Amino acid sequence: MTNHYIDLKNSDCILIMGSNAAEHHPIAFKWILRARDERKATLIHVDPRYTRTTARCDYHVPLRSGTDIALLGGMIKYILDNNLIQEEYVKHYTNATFIVNANFKSEDGLFSGFDAEKKKYDKSTWTFEKDETGIPKRDLTLQHPNCVYQLLKQHYARYTIEKVSAITGVPADLIERVYKDYASTGTKDRAGTICYALGWTHHTVGSQNIRAMSIIQLLLGNIGVCGGGVNALRGEPNVQGSTDHAILYNILPGYLKMPTAPIQTLAEYNEKYTTKTNDPQSANWYQNYPKYSVSFLKALFGEAAQPENDFGYSWLPKIEDGKAYSLMHLFDEMYKGNIKGMFCYGSNPACSAPNSTKVRAALQRLKWMVNVNIFDNETASFWKGPGVDSKQVETEVFLLPAASSLEKAGSQSNSGRWVQWKNKIANPPGDALSDGDIVMRIMDEVRALYAAEGGVCPEPILNLKWDYRDAKGNFDFLKTAKQINGYYLKDNETAKKGDLVPSFALLAADGSTACGNWLMAGSFTQKGENKMAARGLDDPTGLGLYPNWSYAWPLNRRIIYNRASCDLNGKPFNPKMKLLEWTGEKWVGDVPDGPWPPVSDKKAGKYPFIMKPDGVASIFGPGMAEGPFPEHYEPMEGPLNKNLLSGQLTNPMVSVFKTELDKFANADTKFPYVCTSYSCTEHWCSGALTRWQSWLTEMQPEAYIEIGEKLAAELGIKNGEKVRVDSVRGAVKCVAMVTKRFQPFTINGKVIHQVGLPFNYGWLFPKDSGDSANFLTAAVGCPNTFCPEYKAFMVNVSKL
Amino acid sequence: MSNMELVKMIDLSRCTACRGCQVACKQWNELPASKTKNWGSYQNPADLEWNTWTLIRFQEYVDAKGRFKWLFRKDGCMHCTDAACVKVCPTQALYHTEFGTVAFDPERCIGCKDCIPACPFNIPRFNEQTKKIGKCDLCLSRLRANKPPACVLSCPTGALSIGPKAEMIEKAYKRAKALGEGASVYGDKFVGGTHVIYVLPEPVSAYPGLPENPSVPLPIILWKDVLKPASVIAGGGVLAAAFLHYILHGPKRPVEDTQEGGSEI
Amino acid sequence: MEKITRRDFLVMSGTTGVALSALGVNLAPATAYAAGLTKMDRVKSAKQIGSTCCYCSVGCGILGSVDNLTGKIINIEGDPEHPINEGSLCAKGAGLFGLSGANEHRLKKVLYRAPKSDHWEEKDWSWALKRIARLVKDTRDKDFITHNAKNQLVNRVETIGHLGTSNVANEEAWLISIACRAMSLVYIDHQARV
Repeated sequence: MTNHYIDLKNSDCILIMGSNAAEHHPIAFKWILRARDERKATLIHVDPRYTRTTARCDYHVPLRSGTDIALLGGMIKYILDNNLIQEEYVKHYTNATFIVNANFKSEDGLFSGFDAEKKKYDKSTWTFEKDETGIPKRDLTLQHPNCVYQLLKQHYARYTIEKVSAITGVPADLIERVYKDYASTGTKDRAGTICYALGWTHHTVGSQNIRAMSIIQLLLGNIGVCGGGVNALRGEPNVQGSTDHAILYNILPGYLKMPTAPIQTLAEYNEKYTTKTNDPQSANWYQNYPKYSVSFLKALFGEAAQPENDFGYSWLPKIEDGKAYSLMHLFDEMYKGNIKGMFCYGSNPACSAPNSTKVRAALQRLKWMVNVNIFDNETASFWKGPGVDSKQVETEVFLLPAASSLEKAGSQSNSGRWVQWKNKIANPPGDALSDGDIVMRIMDEVRALYAAEGGVCPEPILNLKWDYRDAKGNFDFLKTAKQINGYYLKDNETAKKGDLVPSFALLAADGSTACGNWLMAGSFTQKGENKMAARGLDDPTGLGLYPNWSYAWPLNRRIIYNRASCDLNGKPFNPKMKLLEWTGEKWVGDVPDGPWPPVSDKKAGKYPFIMKPDGVASIFGPGMAEGPFPEHYEPMEGPLNKNLLSGQLTNPMVSVFKTELDKFANADTKFPYVCTSYSCTEHWCSGALTRWQSWLTEMQPEAYIEIGEKLAAELGIKNGEKVRVDSVRGAVKCVAMVTKRFQPFTINGKVIHQVGLPFNYGWLFPKDSGDSANFLTAAVGCPNTFCPEYKAFMVNVSKL
Repeated sequence: MSNMELVKMIDLSRCTACRGCQVACKQWNELPASKTKNWGSYQNPADLEWNTWTLIRFQEYVDAKGRFKWLFRKDGCMHCTDAACVKVCPTQALYHTEFGTVAFDPERCIGCKDCIPACPFNIPRFNEQTKKIGKCDLCLSRLRANKPPACVLSCPTGALSIGPKAEMIEKAYKRAKALGEGASVYGDKFVGGTHVIYVLPEPVSAYPGLPENPSVPLPIILWKDVLKPASVIAGGGVLAAAFLHYILHGPKRPVEDTQEGGSEI
Repeated sequence: MEKITRRDFLVMSGTTGVALSALGVNLAPATAYAAGLTKMDRVKSAKQIGSTCCYCSVGCGILGSVDNLTGKIINIEGDPEHPINEGSLCAKGAGLFGLSGANEHRLKKVLYRAPKSDHWEEKDWSWALKRIARLVKDTRDKDFITHNAKNQLVNRVETIGHLGTSNVANEEAWLISIACRAMSLVYIDHQARV
C-alpha cells in the first residue's frame, strides 16, 4: 500500500476491485465504513460475484473475470474525453508531458518492436526524446501529438463504453456510473482510493491491471494524498516483510536486483542498477544503490567481505538473464525430474500451487523434502495422498514442528508498511521451534559439514556471518533485527563503531556500514531503541497517521510520495486534508519524501516521485514486459476466441510450460463456464492452518462451488447437492451452493455463466471435506511477476 | 437496578458477516464446535445449538423494488425484561442480572426444558449429554469486570455496540432514521423491552425467525404472575413445577420429556 | 476509582464511546456469582501479553492471557488500544486460540518418513538436522554449477528449491533469504506469488 489501513477513512470514493475486502481483510472494513459515515464516501465493488463486501457497498458492478483492463481502460478514456484530470498534478508530477520517441507505435494490441517468434519486445522505441542536456523533452500544454498524454488518449480511444460492456458484461449505464463516481475524485478537494488484492494479481495481465489503475490515480491526482493511493491489501500477515526481505528468486533484501550471469563484478552490478538523470530537480534516489548493495554484502559476509574481493559479490548465486525461477518454474522442473531436494517452510503447494495434478506428480520425484509447519499438511504427506502408492515413493520427508506466530517474538510488516514488533505469548508445544531456530540449526549443521569436510564452493557458507544466537542458544530476534537495520563498522563524526545506522541516508558504499536491508535502516535509533515496538497513540495531524505507533518504512513515512499532495509551492492541494506543508523552511506533517524544498524552488527543489529517475510518476511505463500502456487481453482460458479490441487474443508475452499436463481449453464447448477461485473469511490460504481448527471448519466445513440460480436450473442442480467440476486439467467434487449472487453475463450478445469456488480445502483434513480447487487451475502467469492465473479459467459443472 | 440496565444494539446495516462475533463467543465461553456439513449456505451451524449461542444467519433476499440483497442477522438471546424463560424456570437457573440481562446458572438447571417452548425467539437449546440448556448470558462475567461482551469487542464495523439502555435506544432510532426506507428498531416495544435491540434495514418480515409481535405465551403469564406465587406457598416446588407443565403442555407430558429427566422434579 | 482505559467499558459502544462511570453506574460486582472461578477470574489473574494477529495483512493487535501457573494460553482477544483494529477481530482472529498448544493437532515431534515407507516415525532434532545437512551438502556438492554455458561464473545450485513463507517474522524471513543465498539456491519463492 502506498497508504495504510486507517487512511481508508480519508477517502471520498473507495473502489474495491480485485478484492473482497470485507471477507479477507474484515478489519479494513472498519475504516472503509468510517469513510462513508464521516465523509459520505461512495463505496463501489467491482467483482464477478456479489460477496459480503458487495453487501456493504453502495453498488455492485459484476464483471467477467479477467476483463479489468477493459473496464479501467474505458475509465481512462472517460477521464480524458471529459477532461476530468487534476491538471496541475498531471503536468508537473507525471510524465504525461514527456515527448515519446517518434517511432513508438501502438497498433492492434501490440506495441512497436514485437518479435512474434521469440515472444520478445525490442524496447528501443519505448523511450523519450531528450533535449541537448539529456533531459526528456516536455510539452506542458499536453498538445504535442507524441506526448504521453496524447498517446494515452489515442491508445484508449478504442475503449468505448459499448465495447467495454460487450467485453466485461457490465451494463453500459452501470459502467458510466462507476466512471462518473470515481472520476469525481479528480478535483483537488477529493481523494479516491483503490483496494485491490489477489483478484488483480492472479491474472496473466496481473501487473498491467495494477498499472491501469495507477494511471487513473495519477490522472486524478490521487497518489501521495491521504484517502488516495494504490493499495494492495496483501493476503498474509507478513507477506510485505517476506517480500521486502526477498524470499524470492528475482530480488535481494530491500528490492536490490538479483545478480544475473552476465554481470560478473560488483562494479558492473552497481553501474547497471544505479539510475542516472541529468535533471538537477530529480532526486533520483537510486543513485544511492551502491551504498545499499555494499552494506548488504557487509551484513551478509561480515569481515570476509572486503573491497579486494568485491565484498563477496562472486559468492552470490547468479541467475540467468531473462530466466524465471518462480514456484511454477520450480514445479515444472521438479515434474521433469530436475529437482532433488526442497525446503518448504509454512507453505502447502500440494494444494496452493496451480495445476495440482502436476504438482503432486512432481513431488513424488523429489529425493528429499524438508517441510516446516505447525500442522501436518498435504505437501508433507503427499506420499500417502489419494492415488499415491507410498511404496513407490522414494522421497525422504522431514516434517519439522514449528512454533506458531503466538509462540515467538519478532516484527511483522502489515500492508500499510507498519512494522510492528510483537511479543511471544507462550512457549511452543513439545519439541516445536520457531522457523528462525530451525533455519539457524540447519545452517549450523551445514556449516559444520563444510568446515569439517570442505566441499564445492564453500565460501558463501563458511563466510556467512552467522551469529544470531542469544545467550541461551536460541534464535535472537532482536539481534537479527539490528543486523537488518544496519550499524557502523567504523567511527565517524556522528557515530561510534557498533552504533546503529539511524537512516539509510547514512549508509556508505565503502564498506564502513553493514545493513541487512536498507529499507529498514531507521527502524532503530542510533542508540538501539526499537522503534518497531513504539506504542504511542498520538495523532497530531488527525489523519490517523499514528507516527509513534510502530515503524513504517521508509523512515517512518506513513504515506509514500506524500510531497505530491502539495502544489509546486508546497501548499496542500486540499487544505482540509493537510498531510504535509512547506513552511518556507521545512516540511511539517508526515515524514516527507525527502527534505528538499518543493518544485518551485528551481535550485534546491526536487520533484516528488523520488524513486523514479525522472522524478515524476510513469503514465508511460516502459519497464513492463508487454507494453508501456496496459492493453486488454483475454485470459489464457476464456469463453471468446476473439479479442473484441484487437487481433491479439491473449497476452503476447505469456509463455506456457510444455509438459503433457499443461493443457488449455479456450472457447471450448466442453468447458463452457468461466470460473474463478478465491478464499473465504473462515479459512486462510490452502487451509493448512485453519482446517485444523474446529471453530473455523464448523462454519465452512467442506469445499463448495457457487453457481447462479439460472445455470443451476439448466443443469438440474439443487442447492446442497454434490457436483463435479472439471477443467481440461483436472476435476474436483464439492457441494453446490446455488445462489442469486452469481448472475449470467451478456458477453458480446451471448449469455455466459460464471461460477467460483474456494481454494481452502485438501484431502488430509477434515476427512471428506474435498480437495484443492487447484486441480482446475493452469500453471501460467503474468510475464512480469509469474503470479499464476488463478482467477480466470474455464470449467464444466455436472451433477454427481 | 434500572439505572444499570444495558442494551446491546445490533445494527444489521453495518454487519459484514465476518463472524468474528460467532467465534469470539465460542472462544470466550469455551464452547466446542459441532461437526457440520455444507448444506448450501454460509450459515453454519445451521441453527443455534447448546454450544452455539450466537450465529450469523445468511439470507438472499429480493426487496419490494426487486433489488437483490444479502441479509445477515446475528441471532441470539434477546435478554427480555419480561422474560418467559425466567418466568418458567422452576429453579431460577435462568435469572435477571443487575444489568437487566438474562443469565444462566448451569448448576441450577435441572433440564426440564420448559424454557425452550416458552421463549418467543426460539433461543435456548438443550444439551443431550449434560441434560442442561445453553444460551447467551451476554458475557456476564465480562460485564461485571467492566468489559464489553466478547461479541461486541470483536465487531470490526460497529454493527454491535453496548451501553446504557436509554442511550442505546436513542442511538438505534437515530440510526434507523438515517437509514430511512423502511428501516426500523426492533426490541424496545415488546416483552417489556429487550436488552438486545436490532436496527433492521429491511422490514421485520424479511428476516425469518424474527417474530413480528413477540410476546410471552399467555399461560406463562397466568402461571408466573397469578398462580405460581399461590402454589409455591401451597405445595412447594414439586407441585408447582408439575402444575406449570400442566398449563404449558396439557395433562399429557411429551414423551421425550419423561425420557429426559423432567420427572426428577 | 479505577482508571478507565480504552480496554474497559468505554469501548463498549464501538465508534461512540460511552463513559458509564460518568452516568453514575456502579460497575463493581454486586454479588459473588456462582461458586468456582469464572473465565473472567482466570483471565484477570493471568499475564496479559500483546502481540499481532497472523492471518491477513491488516496487522491487528491481540492480547493473549497466559495462566501464571501452567504458562498456557487461556484466552486471546483483540487489543482495544490498537489503533487499527480497536479491539475487533474477524472469525479467524477471534479464533486464534485454536492455533495455540491447546490444539490437539499441533505437531509436537520431529517426524520422518523414510523412502518407500507408509508411515511417519518420531525422531529427535539432532538426528534430523544432521541428516538434512548431509542431504543438502551431498546434493549441493554434486549438482553445483560454477559456470554456465557461456562460461560465466554463476555459483548456483538448481536442484534444490525453497518455498518459504509469509507467516514468519521479518527477522526469520531475512534469515531464510540469506541462508538460501549462502546455499547458492536460485529456485526461491513464497506466497507473494500465490
